[in-house]
Amino acid sequence: MNWIDIGAVDEIPVRGSRIVKTRDGCVAVFRTGPDEVFATSDRCPHKGGPLSEGIVHDRKVTCPLHNMVYSLETGKAQGADEGVIETYPVRVEAGRLLLDGSRFAARGAA
Amino acid sequence: MTRLVVIGAGMASGRVLEHLFDAAPGAFEVTLFNAEPRGNYNRIMLSPVLSGEKSYAEIVTHDDAWYAEHGVACRFGERVTGIDRSRKVVTSAGGEVAYDKLILATGSNPFIIPFPGHDLPGVVAYRDLEDTAAMIEAAGTPGASAVVIGGGLLGLEAAAGLRLRGMEVTVLHNTGHLMDRQLDETAGYLLKKDLENRGIRVITSANTKAIEGNGRVERVVLEDGTTLSSDIVVMAVGIRPATHLGQAAGLETGRAIKVDAQMRTSDPDIFAVGECVEFDGTLFGLVAPLYDQAKVLAKTLMGEDDAFRVKELSTKLKVTGCDLFSAGDFTAGEMREDIVYRDPARGIYKRLVIEDDRLVGAVMYGDTSDSTWFFGLIKDGTDIEEMRDTLIFGPAFQGGGGAAADPLAAVAALPPEAEICGCNGVCKGRIVEAIDGGAASLSDIRAVTKASASCGTCTGLVEQVLAVTMGDAYASPAAQPVCGCTDLTHEDVRRLIKSRELKSQPAVWQELGWTTPNGCHVCRPAINFYLLADWPLDYADDPQSRFVNERNHANIQKDGTYSVMPRMWGGITTPAELRALADAAEKYGVPTVKVTGGQRIDLLGVRKEDLPAIWYDLNQAGMVSGHAYTKGLRTVKTCVGSDWCRFGTQDSTGLGIKLEKVLWGSWTPHKVKLGVSGCPRNCAEATCKDVGIVCVESGYEIGVGGAAGMDVRETEPLAKVATEEEAIAIVTAFVQLYRESAKYLDRPYKWIGKVGLDWVRDQLADAEIRAGLIDRFEISQSVYRKDPWAEHAKPDTARRFHPLADLNVEAAE
Repeated sequence: MNWIDIGAVDEIPVRGSRIVKTRDGCVAVFRTGPDEVFATSDRCPHKGGPLSEGIVHDRKVTCPLHNMVYSLETGKAQGADEGVIETYPVRVEAGRLLLDGSRFAARGAA
Repeated sequence: MTRLVVIGAGMASGRVLEHLFDAAPGAFEVTLFNAEPRGNYNRIMLSPVLSGEKSYAEIVTHDDAWYAEHGVACRFGERVTGIDRSRKVVTSAGGEVAYDKLILATGSNPFIIPFPGHDLPGVVAYRDLEDTAAMIEAAGTPGASAVVIGGGLLGLEAAAGLRLRGMEVTVLHNTGHLMDRQLDETAGYLLKKDLENRGIRVITSANTKAIEGNGRVERVVLEDGTTLSSDIVVMAVGIRPATHLGQAAGLETGRAIKVDAQMRTSDPDIFAVGECVEFDGTLFGLVAPLYDQAKVLAKTLMGEDDAFRVKELSTKLKVTGCDLFSAGDFTAGEMREDIVYRDPARGIYKRLVIEDDRLVGAVMYGDTSDSTWFFGLIKDGTDIEEMRDTLIFGPAFQGGGGAAADPLAAVAALPPEAEICGCNGVCKGRIVEAIDGGAASLSDIRAVTKASASCGTCTGLVEQVLAVTMGDAYASPAAQPVCGCTDLTHEDVRRLIKSRELKSQPAVWQELGWTTPNGCHVCRPAINFYLLADWPLDYADDPQSRFVNERNHANIQKDGTYSVMPRMWGGITTPAELRALADAAEKYGVPTVKVTGGQRIDLLGVRKEDLPAIWYDLNQAGMVSGHAYTKGLRTVKTCVGSDWCRFGTQDSTGLGIKLEKVLWGSWTPHKVKLGVSGCPRNCAEATCKDVGIVCVESGYEIGVGGAAGMDVRETEPLAKVATEEEAIAIVTAFVQLYRESAKYLDRPYKWIGKVGLDWVRDQLADAEIRAGLIDRFEISQSVYRKDPWAEHAKPDTARRFHPLADLNVEAAE
């Protein structure tokens, strides 16, 4: 793990999301509760919708383009839909957001 | 004898001494320092002392006789100023005391936010007996008022105690719901409601600006200008471990003094216990782990093996009548599933969080009778797979077969005299009678018995009685619920929001029995609209419950860029505006500039990060958001009318601009487009708009319910009036009626199809009803008739349009 401080948790509204640019593309960081956060790929595998712009409910997000619902925990599409989004380790410590950068850095080092 | 010096006579060190004197009497010669001028008392019982339910004497755990009996040298009221580890002595005003073993039990200090005026007399923390005494004294003045800053456990106990002593109490809490560390929103909402019922005023999302007064606290001022008069201010916003002594002595500290599982600090002869301790990255504030630490430390001092470990904690609020329980971890982690149970009529809410077939967290409000059992499941990590379906009903339902889990069976088992509808006092037997008498549907039952005809929360129950009694003959109603979170229809929800005065989303979720923790993408935008339409002054619009376009105040395009379309009132623009648009298009590299069907100019292909800047530029040229992205007033399309046209009968452009200035910014169930044509040739195509006005020589013909989308429909005549003022009044009242009664996402023509144009005409024809509608529209517009672009172009909000971080850039640096 290579925890990178990406900002204060308060920068994301509860049930909102912000993106982080990485060399793997945009990562969406979701805040589902005061201290509960998840990070996934920002791209819906269906038609490329920006998941960070979706409505966040429970521990799920609904893609703004065609209402595909993904679990933020497993990355799996819910209901009858199929598809998986990448998930990344992220946590809150003392009000700061820490994203595991090892998966992005690995490629940079290569 | 081992010389043991203890710094701090609190609950943790008190417990250590008890263990030592029990297990090894005479083995230790103890010197006990305490900064407070007294020995150990039960600090968590300060709340009953404050409320008057207990006296100080009753909460003393160790009195002088106890200390004397065990030969403790008490140095109360004497602050230790330093530790010399090399010489193994501690220093205080009274000189030096040598130790073989030293215990730091310095506890914590209340955190005081340095608002202007935080140091005025009358500002207290809620930490010790002095604070409590100050509060009791303030409450002695009849009619005195108190402000409590901090709606956590301690703050609320202070508020409840002061209220019991007769003070006017206001609680200020900076986040959206009370006790946000321990409770979720719904439980926080119920708690707020209970406290308000006890006469405590609660302001959430409150930002304190200053504490003011002449030589003493007199009032608290909030950022929004609210002023609360106050004879005492209790600051209960948190605690900080008191690490100063340990730090100065060079002990290893993080957020507190670091200890190992034997409670040993980085110096083998110095130990720490209680709130001043950090173990494995964790701090401690509740009493249960402190007592565990005390037990381990006593064993360590006696040379026995033991190890402290962090256990699950539970929280209960010590306010009589507020029944809440919170345990485990219900906010963080992965692979979790919620089970939610709500009983709105009894104000009960339970939520269980499950991970890997184990209960990991629980929040309960209103009924905590099974909390011990649930807490046991959490602590023991019991596998709950077998009882998952009935888990939420508690231990009584386990192992008792499936009957209890089947709601129909439960209804079937109800005796005839069981009350089904509380509002109208209708029992099950009466409903069964009605069914035997021929009633076969929910509406029949409502007509015959009045059951579920008032507040409607028993609708599901009545339907179950129908299903049980009629068997297969009962066809469930075809009414579509809002979404999977509820069985209620949009109409039910709108009616209940008004009749039950539900003014927040958690209130709707709880009182109407939502089955999910916080709704879904289908119900959230609808509920958000209903709340802001019905309670414009009480409810704050929730951007997180809006679709992307409304949240970002621009329309997202298929490539992820946005379109920007400023308002052109009535379709009229100026060379200066056009120049500003052209400049903006060039400056932000806008690939497409499009003239729209609504007589506006649309800039397509703007990057999200550029939105606040382009808005700012257009604002500077006097332009505001065109709301092309909203379920709200879009455009008013006009022709040039009598100003220029040789056929024009009235000033259609002028009326269009006036209408747009009245209606802009308002949110509606779906989008609303207007047209005003200056004569029956209808160049503004007003007769296929949601509201279309066609000017004639004698006045204005107002039509409604047109459409030119997937459905094409001509407007139907609503009214004909002689003056512009009357036309504006009728249109305003019509829009408000639509706002108040339509289902979310029904365009006006669909809504009119449901309620009937005659009903709409009748409402608007009644002068009193019409005036009421216009008044309510204006109240709502006092909040919403403003430019969202200007708000979002401010640096603080503009930031939200940018990525949180760019790891590529940071890597390069």
